[in-house]
This record gives sequence, C-alpha cells and structure tokens, in this order.
Amino acid sequence: MKFEDVISQFNEIFIDVLEDDDIVLSRETTAADVEEWDSLNHIQLVVEIERHFKVKFTSMEIQSFKNVGEMCDAVVTKLQ
Amino acid sequence: MDFNTLRKQAKKYSATETGKTVRVAVLANHASQFLTKSVQYQAKINNLNIELYEADYNQIQSTIVNPNSEMYAFKPDYVYISHSARKLIPRFYGLDAAGKRAFASEFVSELGSLVDLLASRAGCQVIVSNLEEIDDSVFGSLGSTTVSSLLYQLRVINTQLRTLCMENRYLHLADVQSLILRKGYEQAFSPQQYITADLTFSTDFTVLLGEQLVQLLKAFTGDIKKCLILDLDNTLWGGIIGDDGLENIQLGDLGIGKAFSDLQKWAKQLKNRGIILAVCSKNQEMLAKEPFEKHPDMALSLDDIAVFVANWSNKADNIRYIKEVLNIGYDSMVFLDDNPAERDIVKGELPEVSVPDLPGDPAEYLPFLMNLNLFETISYSENDSDRTRQYQEEAKRKALSKSFTDMSGFLDSLDMKGTFEPFSDFDIARIAQLTQRSNQFNLRTVRYTDSEIADIREGENSIGFSVKLSDKFGDYGLISVLIGRKQSEEELFIDTWIMSCRVLERGVEKYVLNRLVDEVKKLGFKSIVGEYLPTRKNGLVKDHYHNLGFVQKENLWYLDLNSYQGFDVSITMA
Repeated sequence: MKFEDVISQFNEIFIDVLEDDDIVLSRETTAADVEEWDSLNHIQLVVEIERHFKVKFTSMEIQSFKNVGEMCDAVVTKLQ
Repeated sequence: MDFNTLRKQAKKYSATETGKTVRVAVLANHASQFLTKSVQYQAKINNLNIELYEADYNQIQSTIVNPNSEMYAFKPDYVYISHSARKLIPRFYGLDAAGKRAFASEFVSELGSLVDLLASRAGCQVIVSNLEEIDDSVFGSLGSTTVSSLLYQLRVINTQLRTLCMENRYLHLADVQSLILRKGYEQAFSPQQYITADLTFSTDFTVLLGEQLVQLLKAFTGDIKKCLILDLDNTLWGGIIGDDGLENIQLGDLGIGKAFSDLQKWAKQLKNRGIILAVCSKNQEMLAKEPFEKHPDMALSLDDIAVFVANWSNKADNIRYIKEVLNIGYDSMVFLDDNPAERDIVKGELPEVSVPDLPGDPAEYLPFLMNLNLFETISYSENDSDRTRQYQEEAKRKALSKSFTDMSGFLDSLDMKGTFEPFSDFDIARIAQLTQRSNQFNLRTVRYTDSEIADIREGENSIGFSVKLSDKFGDYGLISVLIGRKQSEEELFIDTWIMSCRVLERGVEKYVLNRLVDEVKKLGFKSIVGEYLPTRKNGLVKDHYHNLGFVQKENLWYLDLNSYQGFDVSITMA
C-alpha cells in the first residue's frame, strides 16, 4: 500500500476516534495540531490503526512517533 | 466488543429520562480513565443513570482515610475499588521471603479496615474487584504450591476477598478474574499499552470491566431478570417434535443432543435458584408436552415450567399472556428462541423483553448465554427456589376462585393465616430482596441492601415489619414489608410499604394496616403518614392510601390512629 492510501485511511480513523470531521492530516501533523489528540485518545488511535491495517506496533515505535508521517511510514513498511 | 465500538454504540443512545441516578466513585490503584469511560458508555447502553467520580491515580488509601476528600463530598451510593495485581508486583518483589508469605493476608486485612472505614463514613455499598491471577513463572510449575510465589499469594488474596465479601453485608465482589478466564489474560492485558501508557488492563478489556460493574449496579437498583421463556423446537431439543416425532428429536446422546441437554440442565439450575421458567412454542400443546412427559433425556419436566403456552398464535401475544399470569414486568423477562424471525417479532412488539440473538450453532447456545450473565443478582435466599411451586399453587387458587361468585366467600374459603412481626435476622436477605424486586405494589420504591435492612432493624428511629401469609394451598412466605421512620414522638412516617403482587386482592393490605395500627399505638404513636411517589410501574397503588381511609394534605396522607376502626379481613393470625 502506498503512503497516500495509508494516510487517507488514517484520516478516516482520526475522524472516527476523535469525533471531528474537520481533521485533515498531512505528513507533518502532530498531536499539537489537533485539539482532541490527547494522550488518552492517542492510545485509542494506535489501537484502531493496528486493528484497521492488521499490524502491530512495538512499544519502541509507539513511543518514537513524532508525527503522522512516521506512523504512516511504519504501516507502509509493515505491509510490504 | 472493542472499546471504540462501545464508544460509538453509546453515542446512539440518549440519556435515560427515567430512574434514579446512582452515584458511583471509582478508586483504583491503576490508570482508570478507560475503565471509567467504559462504565459510562455501558451505563448509557444499559439504561442506567449514573454519575461518576474518579479518584486520583493510585490514591485509594488517602481518598478513604482523609475525611475531607472529594470522594466523601461527592456522596457516593457505591464505591468501586479496583486493584490491578500488576501494580502490586513491585511491592511484592521488594519483600523478603517471610514478607512474601504474609503478603496476601496483609493486603486483605488492610483493605478490610479501609473498607470498614469507608462504609461507616459514607454509608455506601462497596464493590471490590479481585485480582488478575498472574503467573510470573519465577517458580515454574511449583508456583501454584509455593507459598512465597506471586501466583500463590494472588490466589490467596482472591480467596480471602471472597470471604471478606461474604462476611460483610455492605461489601460485594466484582469478579475480574472470572472475566479474565473468559477472555484470556492475553486479551485482558496489552504489553504495549502497559509500557507506553501504563495501562494494566487493555482498553478493550475495560469494556468487560465496565459491563460487569453496570450489571451489578443494575441489580442493586432492582433491575433484574426473573423469568426465562423458552421456545421448544431447536431451542430445548434438536429437531421439530411435530415432524420428527418423540424418538427422533435430538437430546442426550442422539446427534447434537448434548448441546440441548446441557442448556436444559442449566435452565433447571436457574429454576432451582428462583428464576421462573415458562414455555412459549408454536406447537400443538399435546405434542409439545410429550417429550416432557416421556423422553428419558429431558432434564426439564412439566413441574419445572410455571406457564406452558403452546399454540399457533403470535409469540408476542403469548408472552403478554405469560406476563399476565406471572404478574411481572416485561423488563424482567428473557426470551430464548432459535428463530430470528420470531425473535424480531418479540423485539418489535415488546422491546422491554430481553431477546438474546442465539448463535446459529446450538453448540454455542450455552457458552453464549453464560457469557451474557443475564441473571445478575446481589442477593439469594433459600426460599427463592420455591418460586415455581408458588406459581403453580397460584394456578390452583385461580381455578377455585372461578367457583365462587362473591369475593369474600372465596377469601374465607382460602383459610388464610398471617404473621406480622418485627424484622428478624433470618429474614433480612428476603426483606432486602423484596425491596429490590417489587416495582408495582411499592409506594415509594426505595431499594435497600441487606446491611441497610439490618441497620433499620437496629435503628432507634426506624421500625420494620415483615408479613408472611399462607393458605390452604401452600405457603406464600414473606410477602410484604413496612418500614416506618419516627418523625416525632407521635408521628410515624411510612418510608416503605411494599407487597408481592402474588397476594393482590386478598385483603392483605387491610390486614397489615390493622396490625400496624395495633403495634404502633403500643409505641405511643398518634398518627401514621404515608406518601406515594409515582414511578413508571407503581400506578397500581396510586389510590392505596385513599382506599385505606388516609386523609390527604398536600402530598402526604395522614391516618389518625385514635379514630381508626379497623377493617374486616379474612386473614387470621398464624
């Protein structure tokens, strides 16, 4: 799956979990850019992304993600 | 169901407009944000009004010990204390061998005194969770039998917690370990969520924790199931009795008969606990009864079934009939049927009836039903098991009443004997249960737990009477409860007046009032004050005080004891 497909599916998941239809993700988006993206919701986002793509992040990855792009990259790599 | 699905489901439900709000404080030794969210969502889905207070992380002890904590100001009706074993591990590992061997006893005795303090200060019910029985594999297989192992000590904690809950009427157990047995610890715990977010229960597992707590709270508020209505063909046995015949229906060792036999045996255990069983089947009655009478592998007999309905009418109509006979609410009924079309009809016409969507494979019926935990309860008394017999006796009374043209002749012929006595120790569980379960003949719908009933019995300003009734057909047992609160030296307020609907129209309320007046006059009271608080279900008693000659002043009803004449009744003292 290509990065563009992954991030667009990410966008759907973010809208669903954070209950905000206005979210538009880019590679550089971080938690600071999205009001509802707090630490609790972050846990839920990870769960939903894992479920959706049928992948599993390691705790190292979860801790090191700096922005949406890095999360998407991790998914792209896992799906290869 | 996963956490996100629960969240979305809950959004579909609007807040309930009826019912009292229960105030619940959650105290946890672990990060409980997802747990409290799950409780909120589950409450919404299950039609329970709830207000939650979440104590600070890992502050169980200080929250309880500090009399000025926010938790006390919140005035909880229930406090849920949730411990995660994983959070106890560092403390356990820090102990020497002797300390490890005493770990469980110390943990439980510490918790016991905290809970005592909490209950006496807040006057609330306390629900404690038990612990995950984690095996750290330090001792290999020997861990189970090595006193200083983690697993051994956690298991002792769970055993001692059970004892503690059995000994204290205000203390109740939320059996988390049983949920873990159901789901497996790999589902209950996510190493990634634990390491990155310090969650000791996975977000998805909190869905079950929340459900467990909400089911308990619903039982506390009297929202419980009393009756299981069973379809026959392909539900209680495999095949169709009308087509396949007695020899070919699948039961016992025949075909997949074990699945059906197991379900029957389970239903029989429920019946022995006090759940009423009824049959509702599209069948010819004679054919439908044949297996009950003749098949050697039937676990259920006709004696186990309080109401047996087999005909070709609409099942919703038949359930309406069953409700009439049993005189219980639709919301206390569960209907089991393998046929999705029949289930849809009942769901559509009687939305309050619980209609589980049985799996397609009968092998899964029983595991599925056990997981639903439909028959939650917070009290059990031995006489619950007589309930089916009582309903059968009632059928005989109904038959007799048809032979009389006048009511008083019928009542006299019943040869009724009553007792009216102060609360006794033996009856506390049954009294509490009646306050939890009665919805119709219930003037103020105040629910009490065992411990609260014990307090009323001992209180200086409260007085409680229970009423028992028998007649020539059998014993009704304890069927009515009165709780009075002393307003002044001369005035007694009736906090609770409830009666089982099984004894409606027997003149019991008049007998009770006669006796109440006798008893409280002796105590020096001059008047009795009653109140009717309407609910969705207690319309039956809206004119109760009027009919008994009480005089209304504003919202209250007054009875002057000196001018009280007494009613003629057909009940004599036992």
